[in-house]
Order: sequence, then structure tokens, then C-alpha cells
Amino acid sequence: MPTSDTIVVFPGTPSPDLARTLDLGGYRWKAVSGADEASKVEPQAGWMGAIVACDEDAEAAWAFVRTIRKRDNAVSSVMVMISGAQLSDLELRDDLFDDFCLTPFHPRELEARLRHMFSATEGGARPELVEHSGLVLNLETYQASFNGHALDLTFMEYELLKFLAQNPGKVFSREMLLSRVWGYEYYGGARTVDVHVRRLRAKLGEEHANLIQTVRSVGYRFGQGRWSN
Amino acid sequence: MLDQHREYVLRTVEERGVRLVRLWFTDVLGTLKSFAITPAELENALNDGMTFDGSSIDGYSRIQESDVLAIPDPNTFELLPWVDNKNTEARVICDVRSLDGSAFEGDPRQVLKRNLDAARAAGFEFLIAPDMEYFYFEPPVRGQVPVPLDEGGFFDLTTTDVASSLRGETIRTLEAMGIPVEYSFHEDAPSQQEIDLRHTDALTMADSVMTFRMIVKEIAAMKNVHATFMPKPLEGVQGSGMHLHLSLFKGDENAFYDEKDPNNLSPIAKSFMAGLLRHAAEITAVTNQTVNSYKRLVPGFEAPIHVSWARNNRSGLIRVPIPKRGNPSATRIEYRSPDPACNPYLAFSVILAAGLKGVREGYQLAPEADANLFEMDDASLEKLGITQLPQSLNDALKVMEGSELVREALGEHIFEWFLRNKRHEWREYKTQVTPYELTRYLKSL
Repeated sequence: MPTSDTIVVFPGTPSPDLARTLDLGGYRWKAVSGADEASKVEPQAGWMGAIVACDEDAEAAWAFVRTIRKRDNAVSSVMVMISGAQLSDLELRDDLFDDFCLTPFHPRELEARLRHMFSATEGGARPELVEHSGLVLNLETYQASFNGHALDLTFMEYELLKFLAQNPGKVFSREMLLSRVWGYEYYGGARTVDVHVRRLRAKLGEEHANLIQTVRSVGYRFGQGRWSN
Repeated sequence: MLDQHREYVLRTVEERGVRLVRLWFTDVLGTLKSFAITPAELENALNDGMTFDGSSIDGYSRIQESDVLAIPDPNTFELLPWVDNKNTEARVICDVRSLDGSAFEGDPRQVLKRNLDAARAAGFEFLIAPDMEYFYFEPPVRGQVPVPLDEGGFFDLTTTDVASSLRGETIRTLEAMGIPVEYSFHEDAPSQQEIDLRHTDALTMADSVMTFRMIVKEIAAMKNVHATFMPKPLEGVQGSGMHLHLSLFKGDENAFYDEKDPNNLSPIAKSFMAGLLRHAAEITAVTNQTVNSYKRLVPGFEAPIHVSWARNNRSGLIRVPIPKRGNPSATRIEYRSPDPACNPYLAFSVILAAGLKGVREGYQLAPEADANLFEMDDASLEKLGITQLPQSLNDALKVMEGSELVREALGEHIFEWFLRNKRHEWREYKTQVTPYELTRYLKSL
């Protein structure tokens, strides 16, 4: 899944200070005047996060937050900008935002908070998982499991399985796998791929060895069982 | 890529709660050596290596300094599947280097790497698939003839079940450690097993053979059974060999395959075979390194004696298996003299060097010897130009001593040390008065 790099900002005309801080921080952003517009102009990869200024029209702002947070494909990092007098509005709304910043804000503070918020979502909080027919690869911890049992792989076995599992159903030639998984640091040609596939099959065990299928005189395909041909 | 590799290993140690990391390396005689470090030390070890005193390791001793560096090869990092979950352990195979970072000439793995580099410079990759034979015995009693499980009546289950369940457990463990198995079966002799490994590049295979011997022994020991790779543990039945299926690849092409040849053997395959045959006697001390090895190389037990080749005649030193049609990559030769007690790094090194010399110098391959050579007398053999492998460790050492090929392949350090060590073994053996002599001579003389 491609990673998104654009922040949605509410309301449609953000304060010049906010706009400048985001620009100087190197963020891509788009201001919208409501949740409908936010959906309409949303990039294909989704929003990277949201910055919502509550200091003009608080009610509209919280309605916007609620909508983007409760919809399918919820926006995961939400920063609310709020004045000291509105602090009590935060109560019982912990599930709607990830961080807040008092207005008027100090640009360096907002930048630091944004950096922290986005790094927290990238790291530990939501590890990226690749899952397929009982196989789970945790891309953050490099750990693989099959039907709940840990699968102990060497680095290249892991890299090969990851590549295949991220592209299920596609047939790859050995040469393609070599260039994508091994890069240029290999010798021994396409048989390196065969050897690693065999080792992976051995580790997956007899019943699941067919998770990686040989496509005669073409290469390998991941995860298409006999029922789906 | 190397950094990612290291990071992967460190992360796995953390995630899987590994308590102990065993650093493996091999001495000159082919014995697996190991020392353990804690996960906290691993990062350091991966970056800078671990210093240890080499003087206690067979064949590592040097005159000037005894300290050497063990540098883990992150590609060989594996969890040990037979250790229980609470005390998770991992192993990683090490390259041994001198303190200045250069390859340590006493480390067999460096010797093989050097020989493989030479092959690679000529455009070749060396692939090996070994057939590993070994015996299961009851726990040995010093000086007593070993007792096969099949005859023991030692277990409640029928003994065949015990051996085959041990073999099954061994194969599961091998596969969990990324060593794929091709076939396995009960061999001809009582309690003898055979497990054939699938081919891979020679360095990985030498590592796998070391791991294989370790796993076979560990799994058996858990059931109080003794597994042995001794070449000839029982008189009168077959010994244990390690037949090696060999091929050279050039890029993605099998350099041994030629569509037009009646046997599908390319000129490279033929001159490689000629090289192996011409230098077979010189490399035998390395591929068959014990006094006992030569008790296996006798007529009548499917072990080779004669320096010859044939397609489907198992009395030859090299057999050319008839490949399945339409599978050029399966074209290979089978070198039948090595036994599983050898040092695989050194054995693969000298075999490769002998074969490549034949390729480089364009040796001519003698005609196939398809008759049963065991039935021919010496005169007819001589007429065919067929010689014999060395008859004893002593004979083998004598031939090896004069071999520039072996000296070069092993390097000065190991060559000299090996000869010294093995001559000592022979002298020790020669002083023994054996039960054979007592039975034969005590009364009559």
C-alpha cells in the first residue's frame, strides 16, 4: 500500500501562521471546508493526518473531526488547535484526536508536535502486517508466523517471502525475483532463487509447501492454491 | 545489504527472546567448535568479531600469536529447533580471521571460500548434493563392538520404528533449519541410515554438512541412541560413505550438460572428471582422513577401490547417473569415495581443485570402465590403465605429501599441519596389537 504524504487542514482558510508553519516544515497539505470536501479531494493513499483549528467555529470543527475519525478508513493522526478558554472541550473526546496545540501557537512547538505525532503512527503503534492464508509477516519486527506458529527465517528467506506475499497471485520469473529481492549483490544466478524457495518450502512444512507454486518454465507464484486456478 | 542483514539478526534475537547465541566454526579435522555469547554481545560480534584463543583448536595454532577473530556470517543465523522454547538458542557460523582482519589460513571455511573464489573467477559455481550415511547404535561401551538398534531389543517399540522415528525427527529438524532433504531410507547394513540432501552451492553445503552431523547426533542422543559417522563401524557389512553429486554451473547453464553428447556430458564435465580421476589418489587423505576410512574402501561393499568411471556401474570411483530426459540441470557426476567423517570444507576444496585443474589444462577422459572391476585381475586392470585408490591412511599421506595441487588448495598452514597430525595418527595406529593378530597368531606361532 502506498504511503500518503498529504495532511488535510480544516477550515478552508487556515490562518497565515498555520499555513507558513506547515510550508516551512516541508509538509504537503490541503485545506478543506468540510468533511465532504475532505473525502472528495482525498488522495488515493488517504490522508497522512489532519490539523483542525477549533478556535473559529468550534462546533463545525469538532463535527469535522468526528466525521473523519469515525468513517471507514479513519484518519489516524489528528491534531486539534485550540485556545486556552476551550480546553474543557477536550474532555471525553480523547478518542477523536491524537494531540493538541494551544493557540496562539509557537511555530517550533507545532512542528515538534507534528513530528512526534507522525513518527508515533509510523513506528510501533501500528506495525505494517502482510497477511495471507495464515501467513503473517510483521514488517516492522521482521517476524514471520504461520497459523500462529513462529517461522524462523534467514534474512534472504524473509525478504523473498515478503516480496512474494506482498504480490500474491502474480507470477515472477527467477530473474525478476533476483533483481527485486537480491538486488545486485548476488552471484550464482537464478538458481539462488530456486535454492531459497526450496528452503522456504522446507520451513513452511509439507502441507503448506504449495503456498509457493512453481509455474513451469516461468517462475514462481505465491498463494494461489489449486482451488483458485 | 550487510547492515540490513545484521539488523535483521539483532531484531530476531530480540523478538524471539533468544537467550544464547552459539558461534560455530570448524577445526582442521572437521570437528564443530562453538562458544556461546549473550545477545548483548552479539551486536559487537557482528560488527567487530569476537577474539578467542586459537591455540586450543586443532590446526589453529601458530607461532607468533594465538588470538584470532570469529566473525559471524549473518546469513547463517538460525534458531536451534531442538532447544526448548524457554531457553531459545541460536547459532551463527563464523569466518575466522586474523586480528588484522585478513582471512585466517587455519580456518577450513576460509580455505573453501578461497577455492570457490578461484572457480568463480573462471566463471563457475560449484554445486554439491551429498548422500549422508550413518549408523544408529546403543550407547557405546569402550572397546566393545557397537550394538545396532535392530539387534538390541533395547526398546519397547519394534526397533525399526525407533530408527525410522529418529530419522523422521531428524528430517523435520533439518528442514526447520533450512536444509532440504531429497530422500531418506534405511540402508543395507543393520541400523544404517541414509539421508540425501538437495543440492546447493558448495559453501552452504559444507555448512549444512556440519549442521547435519550435529543434528543427527543431538536428536539421537535425546533418545539415548548413539549416532555415528565412523566410516566402517562394523566388520562384514557396508560402511558409511558420503557420495557427492557434483556439477558446475556457468550463469544459469549447467556447464556439465551437452545435448549432443550420447551421455549428455559436456567437454567441461569430461575434463573435470579426468582431473578428479588423475588426482584422486592425492586428495584421498583429505576425503578419507581416518585410519578407519580405509577399512571401508575394500572390495565387496559397494565402496570404490578403482580409479575409474562408469555410467551405472557402482564399482567405479565416479558414476555418471543417467539424467531424466529434458532436465539438463540434473546432469551431474557422483564422486563415491568420500566418507562422512571428513572435513567437508577441505574435501570440497580439494575435489574442486582437482576437477578444475582438469578443465583448465584440458585433460582427456579415459574410456568408461563398464565391466565389474572387482572381478578383474591385476594384469587386466593394468592393461586398461586402471589404478587403485590408496590402501591405507599411510599410503594416502605419502601421495598427498608430494601433491602441489593439494598444497595449493589447502594452503601451506593446513597442508603442513594436516600431514603432521595424520602421520602421528598413523604411527599411533601402527603400534596397536589388534584382536585379529591375537586370534590369528597367538596359538599358531
